[in-house]
Amino acid sequence: MSNNNLYEIRNLKRYFPAKNGKVVKAVDDVTFNIARGETFSLVGESGCGKTTCGRTLLGVYPKTAGSILYNGKESSELSRAEQKEFKRQNQMIFQDPYSCLDPRMAIGTIIQEGMNVHYDYTPAERNEKVRELLYKVGLTADFASRFPHELSGGQRQRIGIARALAMNPSFIVCDEPIAALDVSIQAQVINLMIDLQQEMGLTYLFISHDLSMVRHISDRIGVMYLGSLVEVSASGPLYEKPLHPYTKALFSAIPDIGKRSTKERIRLQGEIPNPMNPPPGCKFSSRCPYVTDRCSHEAPQLQELEPDHFVACHMAAVLNK
Amino acid sequence: MAELLKVENLNVSFMSYAGEVKAVRNVSFHVNEKETLALVGESGCGKTVTSKSIMRLLGRTTAVIKEGSKIEFNGEDIVKMDKKRLAEIRGNDIAMIFQDSMTSLNPTMTVGKQIVENILNHNDIPKAQAMDRALELLKLVEIPNPEERLKVYPHQMSGGMRQRVMIAIALANNPKLLIADEPTTALDVTIQAQLMDLLGTLKERLGMSVILVTHDLGIVSDFADRVQVMYAGQVVERGTTDEIFNNPRHPYTWALLRSIPGLALEQKSKLYSLKGTPPDLLLTLSQCPFAARCDYCMPICTKQKPDETVLSDTHSTACWLLHPNAPKIDPPIGIGGQHNE
Repeated sequence: MSNNNLYEIRNLKRYFPAKNGKVVKAVDDVTFNIARGETFSLVGESGCGKTTCGRTLLGVYPKTAGSILYNGKESSELSRAEQKEFKRQNQMIFQDPYSCLDPRMAIGTIIQEGMNVHYDYTPAERNEKVRELLYKVGLTADFASRFPHELSGGQRQRIGIARALAMNPSFIVCDEPIAALDVSIQAQVINLMIDLQQEMGLTYLFISHDLSMVRHISDRIGVMYLGSLVEVSASGPLYEKPLHPYTKALFSAIPDIGKRSTKERIRLQGEIPNPMNPPPGCKFSSRCPYVTDRCSHEAPQLQELEPDHFVACHMAAVLNK
Repeated sequence: MAELLKVENLNVSFMSYAGEVKAVRNVSFHVNEKETLALVGESGCGKTVTSKSIMRLLGRTTAVIKEGSKIEFNGEDIVKMDKKRLAEIRGNDIAMIFQDSMTSLNPTMTVGKQIVENILNHNDIPKAQAMDRALELLKLVEIPNPEERLKVYPHQMSGGMRQRVMIAIALANNPKLLIADEPTTALDVTIQAQLMDLLGTLKERLGMSVILVTHDLGIVSDFADRVQVMYAGQVVERGTTDEIFNNPRHPYTWALLRSIPGLALEQKSKLYSLKGTPPDLLLTLSQCPFAARCDYCMPICTKQKPDETVLSDTHSTACWLLHPNAPKIDPPIGIGGQHNE
């Protein structure tokens, strides 16, 4: 199966230096695979390291330790030419459609910008490409001459998608692509992303905290807490039977539409601890309702509790009997 | 139940260079004592403008509350109130929680000072006593180490904690009406759940009425007693939470409910999405505002605006489909927002 993996991430770490010689362990020893053509989602509270993880994959941030195998090759050891190709194949869609487009550039120029680096098109070909891309994301050709401020949030997000597609990528990191949009527009953008994936065989890393949307779009999901993966599983089993206490709490916070609190809510006490000073042992131990002595000494490792369902918790086997 | 707030024929316009933007159009509603009313809709539908008009917080140079609008609070008309009386009511009888706690709190004042400020504005008590009350409030909103937190600045707190401080300031004078404008939009799901639980218990304990402005239908279904769906500055449907979620009758409400991926929906299948965009609020609409985007649009919809059809004491819908002569249409949504197709 390993050759079916687009990305293999092993013990990835990304630390940021902070004041007084301390470090923020934004991504701390994370291991997972992303298969070709699938949507892998990272979920978790803000500050849990999901965005840092996505950006480190693309090389936006250099990694501190660990390995990122892209198509079986270590991504930090690529030659210059390979690096350029890597950058073409790996694109990103950003959260804020208002700040990710240059306000002084026409939409056409924004979409062309990357093409000029990677492809030798004539001006006529470029314009034709821009037209095609605009149609692909559900806009019309006359958008090319408009400026970002003339567009609504949903339209801007489509431009962000068109800009990523201009490179004919194989992998797109979608960093909270719908967080800034209205519910009805969210559905449009998600539909577009699903269509494009099926049409072009794209692989997505989808970063979001909207758990019902994540369930809808993902094949597999990784749940992050304070820089660590606490649970990795296919989306169905994860939502039906989450194994980690944090995942359980996270999912029980999803409100049931139309039903008033029928399910038992697990309310987490307190807030996510300071990542500069995480609790010893299991990082979730300070908020976990099932904490034991062992949890505050020994950090749990991801283990396969059920087929293809990994969880990092000492108590998981006992709790999920 | 006694009526605490009664809004009648509220019309609010913004004077822009392009012309008069009619943001709120003839909106009438009431809020009973101790109940929660949710205002739901997309951005630009007028829900925030409505709630800000109740506090008279809209910029006087650009926003105009039109002649004939009436906002009656405890029998007094807020629209006609002078500055002095307004200052007495704001932060005292009616309080507001805003969406963005980082920009709503003063970055140069300690948290304690900001709470005390609101207490002293309305009560003639010594400062030390106000400080005690501030401490009490921080305990009420369940902030850990309240004594220390009184002395910190907003930037030293997390988003969830700041939002709790905002609630503490709002509750300082035991308001009768709390307006919560997207109180949890900027927060994580777990923190959101904590805060909504807190608001719920505080509402019960203090006997407040709440106007909840939000686009998150999940929160609404958990928290609100009654729901009012707004579109293009108008109320298109109103009813109890149960009626809106389990027996919605307006196509726009259907569309809102359908665009949330439900549990019954197959993975990666198409989500329902509304075509088009909301109408330009510069225009005066003589037709149904939703007609252009409605899947069930009939000839009459583009000619004449529908009146509200009363379905029960609490439930009414402004849609031509409910006219006795209209064709019968099965709503695409069943009980509990489940997808029928």
